[in-house]
Amino acid sequence: MTVESTAARGTSRSSSGKRTAAAKTAAKKAPAKKSASRAKRGSAPAQPELVQLLTPEGERVEHPDYAIDLKPEELRGLYRDMVLTRRFDSEATSLQRQGELGLWASLLGQEAAQIGSGRALRDDDYVFPTYREHGVAWCKGVDPANLLGMFRGVNNGGWDPNSNNFHLYTIVIGSQALHATGYAMGVTKDGADSAVVAYFGDGASSQGDVAEAFTFAAVYNAPVVFFCQNNQWAISEPTEKQSRVPIYQRAAGFGFPGVRVDGNDVLAVLAVTRAALEHARSGQGPMLVEAFTYRMGAHTTSDDPTRYRADDERVAWEAKDPILRLRTYLENEGLADEAFFAGLEKESEELGVSVREKIRTMPDPDTMAIFENVYADGHALIDEERAQFAEYLASFADADETAGTAGRGH
Amino acid sequence: MAAKSSGQLPVAKAINESLRASLEADPKVLVMGEDVGKLGGVFRVTDGLQKDFGEDRVIDTPLAESGIVGTAIGLALRGYRPVVEIQFDGFVFPAYDQIVTQLAKMHARALGKVKMPVVIRIPYGGGIGAVEHHSESPEALFAHVAGLKCVSPSNANDAYWMMRQAIESDDPVIFFEPKRRYWDKGVVDTSAIPAPLHEAHVARPGTDLTLAAYGPMVKTCLEAAAAAEEEGRSLEVVDLRSMSPIDFDTVQRSVEKTGRLVVVHEAPVFYGSGAEIAARITERCFYHLESPVLRVGGFHAPYPPARLEEEYLPGLDRVLDAVDRSLAY
Repeated sequence: MTVESTAARGTSRSSSGKRTAAAKTAAKKAPAKKSASRAKRGSAPAQPELVQLLTPEGERVEHPDYAIDLKPEELRGLYRDMVLTRRFDSEATSLQRQGELGLWASLLGQEAAQIGSGRALRDDDYVFPTYREHGVAWCKGVDPANLLGMFRGVNNGGWDPNSNNFHLYTIVIGSQALHATGYAMGVTKDGADSAVVAYFGDGASSQGDVAEAFTFAAVYNAPVVFFCQNNQWAISEPTEKQSRVPIYQRAAGFGFPGVRVDGNDVLAVLAVTRAALEHARSGQGPMLVEAFTYRMGAHTTSDDPTRYRADDERVAWEAKDPILRLRTYLENEGLADEAFFAGLEKESEELGVSVREKIRTMPDPDTMAIFENVYADGHALIDEERAQFAEYLASFADADETAGTAGRGH
Repeated sequence: MAAKSSGQLPVAKAINESLRASLEADPKVLVMGEDVGKLGGVFRVTDGLQKDFGEDRVIDTPLAESGIVGTAIGLALRGYRPVVEIQFDGFVFPAYDQIVTQLAKMHARALGKVKMPVVIRIPYGGGIGAVEHHSESPEALFAHVAGLKCVSPSNANDAYWMMRQAIESDDPVIFFEPKRRYWDKGVVDTSAIPAPLHEAHVARPGTDLTLAAYGPMVKTCLEAAAAAEEEGRSLEVVDLRSMSPIDFDTVQRSVEKTGRLVVVHEAPVFYGSGAEIAARITERCFYHLESPVLRVGGFHAPYPPARLEEEYLPGLDRVLDAVDRSLAY
């Protein structure tokens, strides 16, 4: 299945004419600013307001507080990022099914939230991801194959966070919000104007570490953007099991602004994240962005969403597909031609081939890697255990030779 | 640095001087924790540091231990060397997840590309008549975790130097401060060349039996050895100084000489560091041992109310009782 075909499938569904709550264009003012949008827009929305600049139907709309003006090539760039990210993601899911990965956490449906926020970043900004930020990693220039190492089981992280200002994936929920905050405190101490983004999800919003991160960031006025992808589901638990208020409203209690953005609208996410980053780097402290999106797939490849959620919910969100709506906009406005889409399809195929090849040739680590990098300055016990284990393994050397597996590192 | 001896200093002041010297030596060193600023910490270990180094480097934090350690990790990722204070032993557990799950593993997860030079200071142990959660000895819970190093000084000179070395270490170090010994004075020689951080020290030579201890129990063991001498017994006291790694070589050398070992700590003996030492020394010194390795420590019960701690804590008599039992084999 190609990305384009997914988008095409979405087109037919959206033509049913149904509109959902999140598709209603509603304005959420940035707390620091005045807004007359509510009065202008008439009836109060049933759902909390969210910033939207591109409707699910691909119609460009304006927002009083968040404007964006992108060149055609920038719009095509966002589209390309989302398409390639989805392609990489679906390739990884396939590789898990083929036994090449032990697990995969798909970002399907969250491409706009990740590309929109990721493309708002400067090179010197630092990202603290969960384990699902494949699109943000793409924007930061992390080799997609690097992301697969821990899911294949060849490492527990596997890249140098400082080479792309993209920290290691964090599996324990919410822990990284504190690391991001501490890092941001360091940025301030250095007198730099970089910003830091802490990614987390709706489930993580219940974690004490996230609440403590909010407190520390507010108290120290740290230049950190808390970027919550509310994808509606924390494995099987819906957001109402995490919070009795919309998540972005939590920020108010900590003393900084919060805003909800249509997380499937890459333009709105880009505009809002840019504003939040500017807020941070201009010394105004943290901001919480809640990207209202949907996890189209399972929590991970080990999950079975049919046990806890109805398919019609997923179908309704398919109509709000982030890639589809930008494609509609590009086509309707004549901002991209067939050659562009065809070229991207080809690039997408090539990415798939490249990822497949890289993962299938990714070597297992040497057995003795167990003992590597446990300590920076060494540790007598590790030295002793390493030597003992090496000796133990060496005792099989003759048997290995007989079996023809000598030279495998032990 | 000019050679100088600070003369007699209490342990708490020695740590204070050590933090001061570290703050002076490296602008990346930070001190952070609850009440470490104006108050100077509840034990005054950080007294005067904020006044001299400013609020940017000596940081009063919100009252949230996970937040303190979690942000220290972020600061370390940014190139800082945070020294964080957990106000009391029993308050470390909200930070346990960040310490065990994040701090200890970060270097390995990044394949060695990042370092975690974070020191976590924990005033620990009993004997000061405190209320619940203020007298615990949780060192085994940290020594059990790969990626962490755990040390505990027993005297002022070690307190000074081991803190300096812990701060210079590129690995996370849990620094257990023997709070009942904070006021014990000793000579601090700031011009000396210190022993390696994780090397044990023979605090008192002897021939009949080895007492191994660290932190607050070293003094107790030295007192026990002095008392035993009056009865004609020569006890060797090994100050382990480090609970992870443990300098088994020094213990082994001692036990090969004495043939008997008693390990003493305040922490419960069940799964305690004494158990690990007993197992390792039995492996290493099986044919030298004249008796089983014995342990003296806390019971498998919550730390008792202060009115009972004199009975609960290993004291001179309980150590000598174990010595008697060992020598009776």
